[in-house]
Order: sequence, then structure tokens, then C-alpha cells
Amino acid sequence: MSQSYNRGTVEDFGRWREFTAGMWAWIFHKFTGWVLVGYLFTHIAVLSTSVGVDPASAQAGSDLYTSTLSGLESLLIVRFLEVGLLAVAVFHILNGIRLLMVDLGVGLESQDKSFYASLLLTGAIVVASVPTFLGGKLL
Amino acid sequence: MSTQIEQQETETEADEETEPEVESPGDRRRAQRNERQAQEQAQREVEEETLDDEDTITLKVFRYDPEVEGKQEPRFDDFRVPFHKGMTILDALIYARDHYDSSLTFRHSCRQAVCGSDALFVNGRQRLGCKTQISELEDPVRIEPLPHQEVVKDLVVDMEHFYDQMEAVEPYFDADETPDDKLEEQRQTRENREKVKMSTRCIWCGACMSSCNIAAGDNEYLGPAAINKAYRFAMDEREGENRKQERLRIIEQEHGVWRCQTQFSCTEVCPKDIPLTEHIQELKREAVKNNLKFW
Repeated sequence: MSQSYNRGTVEDFGRWREFTAGMWAWIFHKFTGWVLVGYLFTHIAVLSTSVGVDPASAQAGSDLYTSTLSGLESLLIVRFLEVGLLAVAVFHILNGIRLLMVDLGVGLESQDKSFYASLLLTGAIVVASVPTFLGGKLL
Repeated sequence: MSTQIEQQETETEADEETEPEVESPGDRRRAQRNERQAQEQAQREVEEETLDDEDTITLKVFRYDPEVEGKQEPRFDDFRVPFHKGMTILDALIYARDHYDSSLTFRHSCRQAVCGSDALFVNGRQRLGCKTQISELEDPVRIEPLPHQEVVKDLVVDMEHFYDQMEAVEPYFDADETPDDKLEEQRQTRENREKVKMSTRCIWCGACMSSCNIAAGDNEYLGPAAINKAYRFAMDEREGENRKQERLRIIEQEHGVWRCQTQFSCTEVCPKDIPLTEHIQELKREAVKNNLKFW
């Protein structure tokens, strides 16, 4: 009995088959949270490098900001990424509300249903947003 | 006698002595034993043939034994066990041990979900062996020791850390004031009893602790079972304010209730259906209320 077998965390994780609603919610919340943090820094980087104020060219619609933004909007991949960003943000918000309820001790028995509800609602909102994001003319 | 050792295994030895003898007793016994073994062998073969797929289940059991050379490398053994209605995981394991491999090691005692000895990782989830019906599970049934605990042998894990965490919350009734008359009962209101009712059901099986993702990564985290124990006493109104403050101090430490990230894994696996996450959340709110000062 002197030694015992340590299966290690990696192996443990590989054997993890049965995730339940609460666990999926936690994983998605972490994931979307990191995506949003990543987006935040990209957002700051893009915008802070494209603010050169030149009233004359702004009037003509050809200043740095406008050209950067319309340049990005002209890429199809950016349109899809925007849909993805919306999905991530909406899920994070809805699940955040769910977690707020959990912290307040409201309806803990139906926490799995509220997770599925936030997934469905996210899906619905994302689908509804597709025409807006993809519909505009690619410049 | 030279056959002494082998004959110790036979049960009907006493009967044989009374029968008339023709050859030497040793020869006769050897012949009888061979005959019996052949019969048993034939019977076993017949039994095994009649074990068709509908009536049997296959267990895939984690095996590991650090003391025996050749078993030190973890592996899975298959056991085919005849199924009967109402059979539990524990029943199947006992059958496998008694009929196929007596070295198969697992903990069990009461067989009725009270002692908390046989929490196992069955088909990817922590379950209590004696409380899990085989009919609910997919075949083959994969049985492993609880994750996040070190394996001592086969399905036996080292529970020491779990017990340490349980003891860390001082899991015993300890009132500020006890009645003057030692024999006087310390009565609890019905409402208060209802409040702590579910939390008293814990059987210390360790399934929740094993399922907890946070406890896996943070060895100092008290874990769901210990926090549930703390809840049971912190919410007990008979203990008094001083004791409650002490209890809250224990659970609101860095590795106390605040490590919980509400994954609900513990609540899902608890064989006694204790709403563990709910209790942890309530203690979190209790700790906040206790520390909030508006002046």
C-alpha cells in the first residue's frame, strides 16, 4: 500500500464524458468571456490606430477612420466574424443573467432549463441578425 | 499423506470416508476429485454457453495493484456477469469477484446507500454502486475508481484528503450554551430542522468532491461535501451567534465557498440528492451579509 497510482489531470479530463448543463454553461461562459476579452483588445487596437482627425477629408468621407472601417466591412470573413461576435456576446449576457439568478438563489432547480433557454434565445437572436450583418453591400 | 494439501479444498471429504474401499484411499479420492472437477468444468461450460447476450452484461473494470508485479500497469479487465432484474453495479462487482477473480478489490458495506463506501466512476459519471441499476446503463459498463483521488488498488481510492477537508469545517454540533441539566434536550424548531434537513443526508461518499472541477485543480478547496457540512451546522439555530461567526470564518476563507463556480456537477452526482450548490450559494450570501457594514 506504500504507493498509489496518480492518474493525472490530463488523463482525468480525457475520461470526462458526461457533461451536464451546468458544466456546459460554465465552459461556454469561460470561452465566450475570453473571446470578448480578445475582441476588446482588437477593438481598442483598430480604433486607436485609425483616429486621425482631419476635418477636410472627413467631410469628403475619405479619412482614415472611414476607410479603415469600410475596408474591414468589405471583407466577407469580417461579416461572419461579426455574427460570431454577436453570438458570443449575447450568450455571455444571457448566461450572466442566469448566473446572477444562481447567485441570488433564485430557481436553482431550473438552472439547466435556463441554460437551454439562453442557448435557444442566443440562436434566435443570431439568426435574426444575419440579414443585417451579411445583407449590406460588400464595398 | 501426500494429497493432504489438495484435499483441503474439497468439501465432501468427510462423506467419502464412510464408503467401502477397494483401492487405496488416496487413489479413490483423487479419482473422485478428478470426476468432480470434470463435472464442475462441464457445468461451468454449459453455464457460460447459456449466458447469451440478452442475459449478461459486460463489465470493464479498472485494475491496478502496486504490490503485484505485472499488475502495476493500470489496465481494464472484462467480466461477463449474468443479469437479473434489479441488479446493481455493486451486485455485478460482487458476482465478478466471487466467481471470476477474488483479487478484484472495491469497498462496500451496507449495500443500501447509507454507508457511502462504494462511490465509483461508472460510464463517465460518479455514481453509488449499490444505488445504480445496471438496466439504466449502456452495455458495456465501464467501472473506474473515483477521479481526482489517488488509486490504492483496483477501485479503491485514497479518501484521506476528503476526510481532512470534512474535518476542517468542524463537523459536529457545538452549541454556545448547553442546558444546565445535562439530560435536557436541545430542541430545534420544525422550520429550522426543515432548513438543514437535506444537508444532514450526506453519507461522506466523496462523489461530489470527485466530480468538482475546482476541487480537482485546487487541493485546498474545502469541496462541496465539507461546505455542505458547514452549512448544516452554521444554519442550526441552536448553536448560537458566536459559533456561527467561527463557522463563517472557516467557510469564507480563500479556499472556502468563494472557489465554487456553480458548475452544478456536485448537485448532479450526489446520490442523496442534496442541493449542494444551493447550500454553497446560501453560505456565500450569508458571508456577504455578515461582512457588509453600512456605517
